[in-house]
Amino acid sequence: MSGYEEEVLGKVYDHVLMRRLLKYTRPYTKQIVVAILALLLVAGLQLIQPRLTQIGIDEYISTGNIGGLKWIIALYAIILLTNFFVHLGRQYLMEWIGQQIMFSLRRDIFGTLQHLPLSFYNRTPVGRLITRVTTDVQSLNELFTSGLVAIFSDIIILTGIIILMLSMNWKLALAAMVVLPLLFIVTFIFKRKVRDVFRMIRTRIARINSYMQENISGMAVVQIFNREQKNFEQFDKLNASHLDAFLKTIFYFAVFFPLVSFIGALSTAIIIWYGGGQIIANELTFGGLVAFLQYSTMFFRPISDLSEKFNILQAAMAASERVFSLLDEKPEQDSGSLILPPDYRCRGEITFENVWFAYQDENWILKDISLEINAGEKVAIVGATGAGKSTIINLIARFYTIQKGVITLDGRNIKDYELQSLRRQIGIVLQDVFLFAGTIADNISLGNPEISREKIVEAARYVNALDFIEKLPNGFDTEVKERGATLSVGQKQLLSFARALAFNPSILILDEATSSIDTESEILIQKAMEKLIENRTSIIIAHRLSTIQNADKIVVLHKGEIREIGSHSELLRLNGLYARLYELQFIGQEVRTG
Amino acid sequence: MSDDTRNISKIEQIKTIIPYLAKYKKKLFLGLFFVMMTNLVGAAMPLVIRNAVDHIEKHADMATLSWYSLGILAVALLEGIFLYAMRQTLIVVSRYVEYELRNDFFRHLQRMSLRFFHQHPTGDLMARATNDLNAVRSLVGPALMYFCNTSMLLLWTIGVMLYMSPGLTLWALLPLPITGFFVYKMIGRIHSIYRAVQEKYSDITTLTQENISGIRVVKSYIQEDFEKQRFALLNKDYIGQNLSMAKIRGLLWAGTGLFSGIGVLLVLWIGGLYVMEGQLTIGTLTAFFTLQTWLSWPMISLGWVLNMTEQGIVSMARLNEILQTPPEIADAPNVRRDITRVRGDIEFRNVSFAYDDNTPVLQDITFSLRAGETMAIVGHTGAGKSTLLNLIPRLLDIQEGEILIDGIPIRRLPLEVLRRHIGYVPQETFLFSDTIRENILFGAGNSSDGALEEVAKVARIYDDISEFDKGFETMLGERGINLSGGQKQRTAISRAIIRKPSILLLDDALSAVDTYTEEEILKRLRKEMAGTTSIIVSHRISTVKNADKIIVLENGQIRERGTHHSLLESNGIYAELHRKQLLEESLEEL
Repeated sequence: MSGYEEEVLGKVYDHVLMRRLLKYTRPYTKQIVVAILALLLVAGLQLIQPRLTQIGIDEYISTGNIGGLKWIIALYAIILLTNFFVHLGRQYLMEWIGQQIMFSLRRDIFGTLQHLPLSFYNRTPVGRLITRVTTDVQSLNELFTSGLVAIFSDIIILTGIIILMLSMNWKLALAAMVVLPLLFIVTFIFKRKVRDVFRMIRTRIARINSYMQENISGMAVVQIFNREQKNFEQFDKLNASHLDAFLKTIFYFAVFFPLVSFIGALSTAIIIWYGGGQIIANELTFGGLVAFLQYSTMFFRPISDLSEKFNILQAAMAASERVFSLLDEKPEQDSGSLILPPDYRCRGEITFENVWFAYQDENWILKDISLEINAGEKVAIVGATGAGKSTIINLIARFYTIQKGVITLDGRNIKDYELQSLRRQIGIVLQDVFLFAGTIADNISLGNPEISREKIVEAARYVNALDFIEKLPNGFDTEVKERGATLSVGQKQLLSFARALAFNPSILILDEATSSIDTESEILIQKAMEKLIENRTSIIIAHRLSTIQNADKIVVLHKGEIREIGSHSELLRLNGLYARLYELQFIGQEVRTG
Repeated sequence: MSDDTRNISKIEQIKTIIPYLAKYKKKLFLGLFFVMMTNLVGAAMPLVIRNAVDHIEKHADMATLSWYSLGILAVALLEGIFLYAMRQTLIVVSRYVEYELRNDFFRHLQRMSLRFFHQHPTGDLMARATNDLNAVRSLVGPALMYFCNTSMLLLWTIGVMLYMSPGLTLWALLPLPITGFFVYKMIGRIHSIYRAVQEKYSDITTLTQENISGIRVVKSYIQEDFEKQRFALLNKDYIGQNLSMAKIRGLLWAGTGLFSGIGVLLVLWIGGLYVMEGQLTIGTLTAFFTLQTWLSWPMISLGWVLNMTEQGIVSMARLNEILQTPPEIADAPNVRRDITRVRGDIEFRNVSFAYDDNTPVLQDITFSLRAGETMAIVGHTGAGKSTLLNLIPRLLDIQEGEILIDGIPIRRLPLEVLRRHIGYVPQETFLFSDTIRENILFGAGNSSDGALEEVAKVARIYDDISEFDKGFETMLGERGINLSGGQKQRTAISRAIIRKPSILLLDDALSAVDTYTEEEILKRLRKEMAGTTSIIVSHRISTVKNADKIIVLENGQIRERGTHHSLLESNGIYAELHRKQLLEESLEEL
């Protein structure tokens, strides 16, 4: 899966999405009101500045009133300082609100991810989910901090300017605004053109990047098949078409910016011509004309960076669509109403009654499985790869729901238990030991503060992990790096035993590691395992048959069906599947050690 | 590192950009000219407005006003044209440079050996091709343009100001250096905080990735709530960092606003006094205000440009790390240009290979194959089988020993000729996001449709393809369909044999194909590829038993060699493997 999905670009503005997004602003209504007030104040303070210049010129400079000018200067200085602080405060407040919203969004996405069924993770690449938590939220952040605020403040400033101009001299104001329709037409056309080209650019850059990524991953194939030249030509074509699209945008921008500034100049010309006429006719003061000229420049500035805001809006809409569709994913079904107290320990009686299961449609992985496991029993499940052994774990912990049949725990259907209550009863040790970034101790307790250091050390000692942990540079506080790359497979296995023990479940399910382990640690692991399964129901998915010979029951799975059940000696006597598997195992070991 | 050496290496980096710019020097110089003109004309605008205002003060008539208005329009039109031309030259050049740089990067990667790709993960290379390339483009595009524009604007504005009133100019410019310095410093701070933000950001990414990859552990140990708390903590830290960044950013914008306001304030005050003293006309004062607003932009952009430049140079250095890595595997000067064909004799003499110095992957490998012979390699994962195959098309070069092809040392064969005669089916089938036709014809240029169908039949993929609506035109990959593992392998086999290679390398190429089909394919291959030297890596005894020679690799060394029968007789690793597989097969049949 390449990380360069071609973005499907949606609308610039989507009412439904926007409404959902705005819901996140609700807890901060007060802050938003303050921010808006500050925004209005900043806008007002900015708008008042040309007005001060006007008064300074008209009332004092042209009349030679130095005292008055000093008064205006002082006022101006106060306004500048106030503006500085209000601006600072408003900007920070806006960012603060934006960050709080991002916090909630990220929290919600991550929270949702904790409760989705495993089937969801099977069909969704990890990279894509990470993008939701990181990049997508980031582009929404831009919407809140730059996009919306900027658009809002621009609208306020524009309206403010219009009102001020109208109130100062409505005739001149109207004359100056004659150019507005022209401006709107130009902007509208530009917006449409640029939107199309930007969409094109995004698609093309995505193509370039995924082509490049593909070529890097398959470089050996490219080189052996002497395809360098041809693939380069193809790349060049993609690259050139991207260039073309960009040249087009450059053209549009090169036309748009000068046009806007020309329209601005047109407005200036009208002000000079018409305003000058008004001065001649004594309908306008001199300072009034100067202020008008300043306002008209202020008016055109926000319009020129419209396209940038437009991009932010578009990206944010696309991101929010993806984020919300993730938030809308249905969580894992928790039908159970039977809630067990946290320290409850079940007896550990498990039955399968005619259980059928398929991950997809009717591709049955398990067919008509019936099995009884008594409390405290040690049961081993064996079978070739793909026989359905690991699926059984997934079903007991209800990671997946079975299609037909019933699974019970202590005589009650596992569907009746609340999911967390059920899982608290079961300790699972997976074959690929998953280690998180954190210390050794964290990896045993999974960072759960309820598990004390004594308990962690005790668990480690019990499963024979203490020896190697104490030899690590910082003992239990040694950081696990790169998913435990520095630890051996056996050491990781022991850690996962300690983890299971620290949580002290009534039922233990153990999926043996398939990867080869040296003999020394194999003995250690064997001993630890025996201790681990004492006093609890245990189910072992066995890959090495040597470890399960003293199991109470051995279940032989083959192609999703139970073919044989019995003790080691019984099954050997039967001389069926188990006997062959056993022989196969024996050969395998000989190959390894021979 | 001292400042001196850093400056030198910065200059070195900039030097590597110059050839790219030199290619477009005409456009660049034109661009500079347009920048000059834009600013020259732009600076005329306040002058016109000043004169207009001054005239109005002296009670001009409507005719004069009309002339001034037209003058403003004419100046604006001229300015617009130059502005257009400036963007169409300077910015366009930056896109051309980006294009060339990207092509060069891609072409350079094509010359790199497998070892290089071992050392540089795809993600790292892609980051350079995207983020760094972009930063360099910003350097040659916007940074260059704004730099020229800003300096011109500054020059002209100051010139016009000086012409109108030297005294007032000093006051108007007073905040300028302070602002530039302030912006530069602030952006520097932003960058250092930005790094901290990025670190937290990658922490969030890591936590999420771990959480999702380990979701089964999280769920089985009911750690969902705890994970949420862990995430919330990081999330809080992250927004904390973002907010300290927001503080600086706010200070930056509010600060520049304050400084440019102070400029206006000074002009109003001092200029006002000048007017009262009769040293200055009101029109000039008005023009100063206009010029002042113009100056606020260069003040901001100067700091910004400096920063973009710094980042661009750092990124160029990162690109150069790749672009200046010499290709490890290429034709030597003494290459035998006269050789255009490969017959298919292969000989390894005491070959050893290691990816890095301490861990040998292959040790002392010796064997020889005559053209047309078939050799099979068996052994455990990690025994060095794929590495051995990779040595033959020189995807990797050996450190010790010698490989001879047709009796000639492999390094003296032209790389292109060597590879043209090899058909290779790698272990991880790699197909491109293209049509099936293009994928099969990948290394065979313009083969006929007949040949295409023929190889598809030999690899027994023809029937599968016929079932697709678009047949050979079916798209694969991201924008198309996903083939099954077996279908992919069979497509890859077609791709290898359509070249009619002298040497065929199959690296576990039939592992996802059922034994029956495999047998069929091998039978057809033996017939069609009679003169071809084949090396087959496989775990399945059924695949290798008919080979002329079989070697058993373990830990990079040849442990057993012989034919199927002789190896069974010697009752070693191979014989064990054979027994195990027979059992497995019998299990399958139950």
